[in-house]
Amino acid sequence: MKKDSPHSSAIRIIGLGNDMRGDDAVGLVAARRIRQAIGNHAQVIEAEMAGVDLIELMKGAHSVMLIDAARSGQAPGTIHRLDASASPIGAQIFPRSSHAFGTIDALELARAMGVLPATVIVYGVEVDNTDAGQPLSPLVATALDEVVARIVQDCEAHHA
Amino acid sequence: MTGKQESKSTRTIAVDLVARVEGEGALRVTVKDGTVQDVELKIFEPPRFFEAFLQGRHYSEVPDIVARICGICPVAYQMSAVHALEQIFGLQVDGALRDLRRLIYCGEWIESHALHVYLLQAPDFLGYDSGIAMAKDHPAVVTRGLRLKKAGNAIMTLLGGRSVHPVSVKVGGFSRVPLKRELEALKADLLWARDAAIETVRWVADFDYPDFMPDYTYVALRRPDEYPFNEGQVAVSSGLQISANEFEQHFTEHQVAYSNALHCTLHGSSYLVGPLARLNLNYEHLTPLAKQVLADRRLSLPLRNPFHGIIARSVEILYALEESLRLIERYEPPPVSALPVVVRPGIGMACTEAPRGILYHLYRIDGDGVIREAKIVPPTSQNQSRIEQDLRLFMPRLLHLPDQEVALACERVIRCYDPCISCATHFLNLDITREGAA
Repeated sequence: MKKDSPHSSAIRIIGLGNDMRGDDAVGLVAARRIRQAIGNHAQVIEAEMAGVDLIELMKGAHSVMLIDAARSGQAPGTIHRLDASASPIGAQIFPRSSHAFGTIDALELARAMGVLPATVIVYGVEVDNTDAGQPLSPLVATALDEVVARIVQDCEAHHA
Repeated sequence: MTGKQESKSTRTIAVDLVARVEGEGALRVTVKDGTVQDVELKIFEPPRFFEAFLQGRHYSEVPDIVARICGICPVAYQMSAVHALEQIFGLQVDGALRDLRRLIYCGEWIESHALHVYLLQAPDFLGYDSGIAMAKDHPAVVTRGLRLKKAGNAIMTLLGGRSVHPVSVKVGGFSRVPLKRELEALKADLLWARDAAIETVRWVADFDYPDFMPDYTYVALRRPDEYPFNEGQVAVSSGLQISANEFEQHFTEHQVAYSNALHCTLHGSSYLVGPLARLNLNYEHLTPLAKQVLADRRLSLPLRNPFHGIIARSVEILYALEESLRLIERYEPPPVSALPVVVRPGIGMACTEAPRGILYHLYRIDGDGVIREAKIVPPTSQNQSRIEQDLRLFMPRLLHLPDQEVALACERVIRCYDPCISCATHFLNLDITREGAA
């Protein structure tokens, strides 16, 4: 897990996924690109398949943005932006990760235990190909550009 | 989620997911005239894709690639890989480097077992449909479980560079070894965790367990001097004891028509790997404290009830914490972080004890150190026939129940084996077909 040094930034960005499983890496790649784009304006974490450890990674943050691969049957590259702050978000959009205790479960466990950050925004990108060793597919790569731009914009607005 | 299709003679129940197993798969049960005819567990296997993906890669890339097969047991994949490759190169990793490998494996067991005990299986015994629902009523218990898991994470993060996909394990040793004081900094949390692990064993030992004791063949690594992680002979409860090199002479993978996964059998029969098998075959190597905690709860081995897997897992958490403290206590940094490798062509095999049981790797490499063949047999594939057989044995006591309750009970049986279906399956749908009289 790569983590920038802690600082007073109010936003924490967490990219999830598996680098070796094609489009499943989209959240990780987005996190890397966001780190390059905004430097110290937010804390950026590449969390890979964090599962329940997501709770620990969110700890202490007021505002969290998660980026993960999604699979709801919509067109590859479709971007979902969901606000998990106040109520559960649809598990149908995210594949039960290759680990049963996935992103959605971790968020709901955090909520049940009263440790969910005040604001949690989840960006999901619909995947196409998640075979081992494949690069991002073209539609997902295009969606990645947009997700990165939107999150960078969110962070800049937060700092304005 | 349960769906139902009915006709005059058959009834089919479909459950889209078996929740709280590590990943997803599919189960099909056929009942005819009130008797269970067939049980088929379908799984898909990412390791198979990785076997092909590894061909043509340099041996030095293998630990990093196989770590990504599974987010729950990356160390196991790395360890079986480096041991198999080291066999080809004639390397024997000893001393502090061997201890560090044992230590990082302890971290993985603690992390994986704590997740399963607290969030995946305990809800079955306490009447909750998920760990999340349980957390609402028992926040202190779940907090204890998460803190235990964190103690395992801390070991993996220090030794592996990070907790999810460790990057420092390599053929010959590590890319970096810790300082003594870095390991000592873990001690306070590990001591807390050891006490929490004792509480965990006591907690799970008091659950109500169904009376169910199939006749198992247990398979686990065994050594004369220690509880197994990285090394040992493959021991069978019948008395057979072989080296990993002989694994494929005794254990055979079969294609089954209903699944793209391979089933592994021992001389044609099912067998059990994992914490229950390990504990039963290695009881004498437990620490006095772990033995005492078991004795206090009047638990005598062998444990033969698969539902007692949660007890075995809890005892192994305790063992792994005590072993971690012992290894840290005696640690002195090794003179080199990794032994030098002289590449030579050959074939190597290794078994190590993943949290869920024996993980077999085979590699054949050429003179340039390039992988020409890779074979991976994960523990869940080995337990698959046994899970099916146990479902067949358990099912008769469920048949009077409505379909949905049968499905939930099957899920509870499947969860006993902590199937790391990320290693073995993606989507677990449950179909029960009832033919003739229901």
